[in-house]
Order: sequence, then structure tokens, then C-alpha cells
Amino acid sequence: MKVAAVVPAFNEEKTINHVVHTLLSAVDVVVVVDDGSRDNTAKKAENSGAIVLRHFLNRGQGAALFTGIRYALNSGHDIVVTFDADGQHDEKDIEKIIAPILENRVDVVLGSRFLEKKNSIPVLRRAVLAMAILFTRMTTGLKITDTHNGFRAFSADALEKIQIRQDKMAHASEILEEISKKKLRYCEIGVTVRYTDYSRKKGQKASQSFKILWDLFLGKMSK
Amino acid sequence: MYIKFIIIAFAVFALSRAFIRYKNEEIRFREFFIWGVFWLLVVSASLYPKTTDIIAKYLGVERGADLFVYLSIIILYFIVFKVLLHLKKIDREITDVVRKIALQISDKEDNGSHEKKK
Repeated sequence: MKVAAVVPAFNEEKTINHVVHTLLSAVDVVVVVDDGSRDNTAKKAENSGAIVLRHFLNRGQGAALFTGIRYALNSGHDIVVTFDADGQHDEKDIEKIIAPILENRVDVVLGSRFLEKKNSIPVLRRAVLAMAILFTRMTTGLKITDTHNGFRAFSADALEKIQIRQDKMAHASEILEEISKKKLRYCEIGVTVRYTDYSRKKGQKASQSFKILWDLFLGKMSK
Repeated sequence: MYIKFIIIAFAVFALSRAFIRYKNEEIRFREFFIWGVFWLLVVSASLYPKTTDIIAKYLGVERGADLFVYLSIIILYFIVFKVLLHLKKIDREITDVVRKIALQISDKEDNGSHEKKK
């Protein structure tokens, strides 16, 4: 089984080196999609041993993720792991997150920061996520404990079925909708999430949830 | 009173533009006819504003001018929404292009490195 890790990155020159290095110990190939960064993200990723795809315009995390996924599928990988570039995830969890797919129990594994007791999640983030989880349960019927966590694993077959049209952050909700719609088998696995000052600065703001809802609404209307 | 002159002058200007476009075969007669009727209605409404009150009352609005404002807002909302959806579509198309180029370049690089190995 060939495993690829896809890392969408936008201005992540501070962390990308470390992320690629540690990932290479856990997967066959690391695909970094440089989403129009203005810094040295692409060069640093390449020097660290990643395959680098470049968006010459910034198109958003969802768009970058699916460019990387397309590449991984075209080059014949069986499992794709998605991983954040800001260093908040732990590569040691990869074995855990791909295991259910290797055993052919599920098609998609979603990382959950709430199933891992070690995580200390900031209060405001916890409150916003609680709302998002409630919203996801209502709209998709998926019984999940976390949403908008960038750490996931997919089988190649599942990815061929999932269609993502949201370029920005709303893609995370769309992935869950697709899992529900295409009736893919899924499970959640507890993963470590490190909330550093850096990842909190780079991460999503609470106010962005309205933007995500609006994007989802527009996406629905324009189908 | 000036507003009447401005509206009529604009209507005449718009009509002349439509006529020129019809002459140059950029629009069909049917489109020219529709624009003609529309601008004539605008002119007559500005010359005899009281007549619009009749239509307005029929629809449950006090004055013709109010009806005009209500209709304008509805139409503007509709247009803005249409534009937003169109932007979304263009956004998707841009992403498709950016993605295609990213994948093509990586393809070329892959082939290049194979050749080097050979």
C-alpha cells in the first residue's frame, strides 16, 4: 500500500521544513501544495524532500488540498493522509489514522482532537467547534465529535467518489457532506493537536464561521 | 422639474444607442422593440406621473413613485445575487485552471527526472 501525505501550505516557511521531515518518516511521499505563498515555502519544502505543486494564485485551503489529492491519485497512491502545514498535528498519529483503512474497515478516517484526552483546547475554540459540530450533525447526520480538523485519511476509492467544490475553509464541511451523501464508511480516531501561538495565529478565527456558512449557502445555490 | 428633463434626455440617449446597435445588427428587432417600449414607458411615466399611481393602487401601494422604488430594490437584490453566483462560478473556473497548471508542471518535472535517470 502506497501512502501519500498531502500538505496544503500558504506562507508556512517557518514550519514546513520540520513538517515535511517528520512526515517522510511515516509515509512514502509528501506532497506539499504551495498555495501562492509569498515566502520561501515551496523552496524549503522541496529541499526537505517533498514533491511540491504550485498554485500560482492563492486559491484557498480546499483548492490546494484537492490539487494535492489529485496528484496523489494520478500517481497511483492507495491511501492519502491530509495534514496541516503549521505543525499542529503529530506524525506519530499517522500509523493510527491509516490502520482502519489498511484493515479495510472504513473508507475515511477523521482525526478528532476531542477523542484525545491529552489535548488542551482553548475555551473560545471549544465553543465555536461545539456549534460547528452541532451544525454538522444536523445537516449531514454524521455522529462525529470534531469538525474542521485537517488531519484525515482516505482510501483512493473514497477520494474518487468525493467531489469538492469549495475552495476555501468550507471544504471541510463539504467533505463531511460527501461522506454522508456517498454513504462512505468512516470512523474517528483521537489525534494530538498542539495549539502553539503560531498555529493559533495561523488558524481560523471564530468570526470565519459565518463566512463558511455563507460559502456553503452560495455553493448550494450555484449547483 | 429638472428630474423630468434628465430622465427624458437619458431615455432618448438610451433609445438612440439601442437603435444604433439594431442598425449594426448587434441586437435583433425584438430586443430593440422591448427596449423601445421600456424607455417609452419611462418617458410617459415621468411626463404623467399620476398614471403610475393607478397601477400602484391596484397593487396596494399608495404612489407610483413608491412602487418604482420597491420594484427597483427587488430587482437589484436579484441582480446582486445573480452576480454573486456568477462570481462563484468564475472562482471555480480559476481554481480549475490553477490546478491544471500545477499538475501539468509537476508532470513535466516528473518526466524530466525520469529522463535524467535513464
